[in-house]
Amino acid sequence: MSSIAFFGAVESGLLFGLVAFGVFIAFRVLDFPDLTVDGSFPLGAAVAATLIVTGWNPWLATAMAMVAGCMAGVVTAWLNVRLQILNLLASILTMIALYSINLRIMGKPNVALLGDETVFTPFENWDIPFYLINPIILTGFVLVVFFLLVRFMTSEIGLAMRATGVNDKMARANGVHTGRLTILGVAVANGLVGLAGALFAQSQGTADVTMGVGTIVIGLAAVIGGEAILSTRTIARWIFACLIGAVLYRLAIAVALNADWIGLKAQDLNLITAVLVTLAIVMPRMKLLKRRGGQA
Amino acid sequence: MIQVDNLEVTFGADTPLENRALRGLSLTIPEGQFVTVIGSNGAGKSTFLNALAGEVLADNGKILIDDQDVTRWPTNKRAGLVARVFQDPLAGTCEALTIEENMALALKRGHGRGLSRSIRHEYQKKFQEKLARLGLGLEKRLGDRMGLLSGGQRQAVSLLMATLQPMKILLLDEHTAALDPKTAAFVLELTKNIIEEQNLTALMVTHSMRQALDVGERTLMLHEGNIAFDVEGQDREGLDVPDLLALFSKTKGEELSDDSLLLG
Repeated sequence: MSSIAFFGAVESGLLFGLVAFGVFIAFRVLDFPDLTVDGSFPLGAAVAATLIVTGWNPWLATAMAMVAGCMAGVVTAWLNVRLQILNLLASILTMIALYSINLRIMGKPNVALLGDETVFTPFENWDIPFYLINPIILTGFVLVVFFLLVRFMTSEIGLAMRATGVNDKMARANGVHTGRLTILGVAVANGLVGLAGALFAQSQGTADVTMGVGTIVIGLAAVIGGEAILSTRTIARWIFACLIGAVLYRLAIAVALNADWIGLKAQDLNLITAVLVTLAIVMPRMKLLKRRGGQA
Repeated sequence: MIQVDNLEVTFGADTPLENRALRGLSLTIPEGQFVTVIGSNGAGKSTFLNALAGEVLADNGKILIDDQDVTRWPTNKRAGLVARVFQDPLAGTCEALTIEENMALALKRGHGRGLSRSIRHEYQKKFQEKLARLGLGLEKRLGDRMGLLSGGQRQAVSLLMATLQPMKILLLDEHTAALDPKTAAFVLELTKNIIEEQNLTALMVTHSMRQALDVGERTLMLHEGNIAFDVEGQDREGLDVPDLLALFSKTKGEELSDDSLLLG
């Protein structure tokens, strides 16, 4: 594998690390299976790309993308908490709605960022190999988000949010407004995914309405994979595991696609992801089943 | 002071499964009183506790805590006034969180939560002091996950958690029922001591008539969503389990035949 392919995989791994953080908050902290992600990722991309093309400062555009992601999360959680729609269904409804909204935002199926200033532009003339620039900047981004997220999860509100996910009755008995924290958590999760979408659009130079397909599965693959490899004993390690899971996942995919003798092509990506996630979910249970079978 | 006035709760109203769990229950508990509650399955004990806690909202009637009408308040809003220990040791704590995280969560009951660190050195010292009195060695295991503790240990910690902040009433929902006899006795003794020391107003539901008479100052029996009898003071002293059964058949005109009540 060439260095370009390798660091390209690292770059997208870091981006999906942000998605993995969001998936971690929804699925692991809140126990809220949130598929909004498939819509909020292109939403972030659409908002950032559209604003940048119209001349906005890229940092401001990226921030707005994050806000848009948060709003998508608020809608999903509100449908669940206030209107009592099943969480999975609520997120699917938002995801579907976002497809239309993303088309409206962009006014067309895709927006190209050719020659426009992005958050990566100021570093373009850096005196290092060009394929290292984006991964380094993204590493900075991701580490900042990582530390903020860990700090948040160990704060009083973060602790209340974690309790909401594992034992909502106990949380309420201790004065936690569980509905409000669910909304906040899903909002933060989708805000991070929106941020990932915005950065993805800027690093790839394009936003496309179909780019969100399968985002949730990749995010889950990262979380589950990370948990399988690294310790989840403390909240910081657990979140870090999600990040490493995302990077390793993208690397593994890149290796698989680069090895000609396997015969995989880029279009097989979603199938491979689905199979990997299924295996990662089933494998630990298979061991259990086998053990039970032995006893019977 | 807790005032409950004509409280009614009906589940599945206007359906074939309609269940009138509370039927106009009224009760006043003065400050500092320790009340025990007995009653067979379906008598309305759990519903009553849930209604006081806010998990179940009353269809009719009023609940006043220190003259404040809390009838429509949800659980989290009442949490500053009501503390609770659940029957199931798994229900009252978060097993995925550590002992200190659980305690830090309970420490903020009735207070606003912000972005400051949930675990601080001064909190940890406080937790250690509280845990040390249990004599279970838990003060050295602040960072252990709650899930590693036995049921009895978890109930003991739940009790400490409930009493970290002041409250107007402590609800104990058969909190020793899921424990083995020795552990149950330990948790009950701890309960009595804490309630006495802090002079708490408490309501303890129990399945054991013996226990209902042995602890507290007043005993209520619930039956079909209402109070069957209510004894305290001199009337209560010297009462024994058969006396309770006699009292029940006298007031209700029927024999108590439910096996779910422990006579011992």
